[in-house]
Amino acid sequence: MTDLGYRHMAADTTTAARGQQPSRKPPALVVEHLGKRFSGRIAFDDVSFSVAQGEVFGFLGPNGAGKTTTVLTLGTLIAPTSGSASVAGIPLTAHNGPEIRDRIAIMPENPGLYRRLTVTENLQLFAGLYQQRNSTVRIGEALEAVNLTARAHDLCVSLSKGLRQRVGLARALLNDPAVMFLDEPTSGLDPVAMREVNDLINGLRERGVTVFLTTHRLEEAERLCDRVAILNTTLRLVGPPDELRERLFTRSLVVETLQPLAAPDDVFNGTDGVESWRPDGAAGYVLNIADPRNIAPRVTRALVAAGADVVSISESRHSLEDVYLQLIEQDPEASQR
Amino acid sequence: MTFSFRRLGAVLLKELREYRRSPFIIGTMVVLPLVFLIEPMITIFFRLAASVPPAAVDKGIGATFLLLLITPVLVPAVLAAYSVVGEREQGTLEPLLTTPVRREELLLGKALGVVAPAVAISYVVFAIVEVCAHLFASNPEVVSALSQGPHVVAEILFAPLLAGWSTWVGIAISTGASEVRVAQQLSTLASLPPLAVVALVSFNVFTPSFAIALAFACGLLVADVVLWRLVSAMFDRERLVVGASAQRAPTGGHASPSRAPRWIPLTGGDEHG
Repeated sequence: MTDLGYRHMAADTTTAARGQQPSRKPPALVVEHLGKRFSGRIAFDDVSFSVAQGEVFGFLGPNGAGKTTTVLTLGTLIAPTSGSASVAGIPLTAHNGPEIRDRIAIMPENPGLYRRLTVTENLQLFAGLYQQRNSTVRIGEALEAVNLTARAHDLCVSLSKGLRQRVGLARALLNDPAVMFLDEPTSGLDPVAMREVNDLINGLRERGVTVFLTTHRLEEAERLCDRVAILNTTLRLVGPPDELRERLFTRSLVVETLQPLAAPDDVFNGTDGVESWRPDGAAGYVLNIADPRNIAPRVTRALVAAGADVVSISESRHSLEDVYLQLIEQDPEASQR
Repeated sequence: MTFSFRRLGAVLLKELREYRRSPFIIGTMVVLPLVFLIEPMITIFFRLAASVPPAAVDKGIGATFLLLLITPVLVPAVLAAYSVVGEREQGTLEPLLTTPVRREELLLGKALGVVAPAVAISYVVFAIVEVCAHLFASNPEVVSALSQGPHVVAEILFAPLLAGWSTWVGIAISTGASEVRVAQQLSTLASLPPLAVVALVSFNVFTPSFAIALAFACGLLVADVVLWRLVSAMFDRERLVVGASAQRAPTGGHASPSRAPRWIPLTGGDEHG
């Protein structure tokens, strides 16, 4: 991503280090007990979280969990029925709608480009709506940021889905948003296009832009987001992916030996720090432990002392997907969908 | 935020660019007026030959003016009916609504994008009729009737007013409809009532005085402004977005959203501006 002159690009990116909440600046988003109910149907309820400036915040949840409705509510397109929020420091009220929309950008799942217009003409419309003074320069910078300068005069109908997503991102950059909402930006993209979009999001993070990312791709959220929230009508968990893993799962070591151990009870129960163990296959063992870094060497020594031929010892890392599935499978509401 | 002519201009420019690139829209704009040009030509050059009595000339010219005023009614009806529901169908409305554009700016920009080409086409068609009649018509009564000041003024005045009526009715229907086809059918029907008055005048059912014509023109002008404000008040971002989302995918919540209705009920104003 090319360097741009946007105001957030100068932000202190050290505070946006992964897993840490930047604290010096006021939050970009504050949501308190927010809810939206359509006639007889709860879209989302009692949702509270805050997003720091410069943070990439992942918003996860199954289909119908209310993610998109939350984004549209924070984007002032839908009025909340309960709770309060402030977006880019502006209270979310009916009166403040235009002002908030001026400070944010929303890229829907479908970028919604005018296919009969060229890339530049699409961006000219939005630069006009944001009343950009140097629209030509701004459009040029946005196109450069998403590596689309060469396609500036192509009709959007001729672009692949990945390129259209890039145009959508360029459009979202036009007004130098304080908060950028990206709704499923990689949905339906092939792996190459997906990687390009992910690189662009990383580029935004490096430049201090606050990104609110809704996605179904858990590995993407794990890779890109400082913190994630899991929504299933109500908010189930918020935190850095590592912290969520630790909250939901005990840590474990996976041990594999060449031959099954003659007395595994003696080996593992006699090792300090091993809380419990269970067999995993013919010559495999899973040990529940608290601190893999300190305990793995002890286990290795105990195995060697017991005459075992150790093939491997590794920490079993639960992915964000494990966290997500654990939460959603426990959730009766999800199984009803 | 105050009304911005810059934002209005951006919407208008987009509309005109889209027309330019759409063969269907260009076709509609060209073919429809051509159809309504053929009949006046036949009337002027064949039906109203030199031997036709003056009363018949008046009637024929009245019918000609009526046909010429159909263009600024029908062309906007078709275009305006597409303006909101068409954008919803192609998924471009939602990004537009995420910008600071006010509903009045958006709708006025769209309306001008419809009215401007429709009026321009009407004037061109009228000019073609006038020029052809002056150059080639064999009956001097026809040329005289076509050149009468009140007729010309009425054509110039009523074309934009009728186009405005038709446009706002079309946009109102487009805002409420969830399918382009439904919107276009309803819009065409709903734009016709003012033509009834024009028809009565054209066929000499009653002879309009200057005062009546002025009152009718003022009535149309007021109706156009009232319709703009009314349609703006009806333009509800939430309903448009939720309706559009429901057509594509569930928007969330416990109960599965049902299929979007063919007609989205319109409720009061969009408080978000």
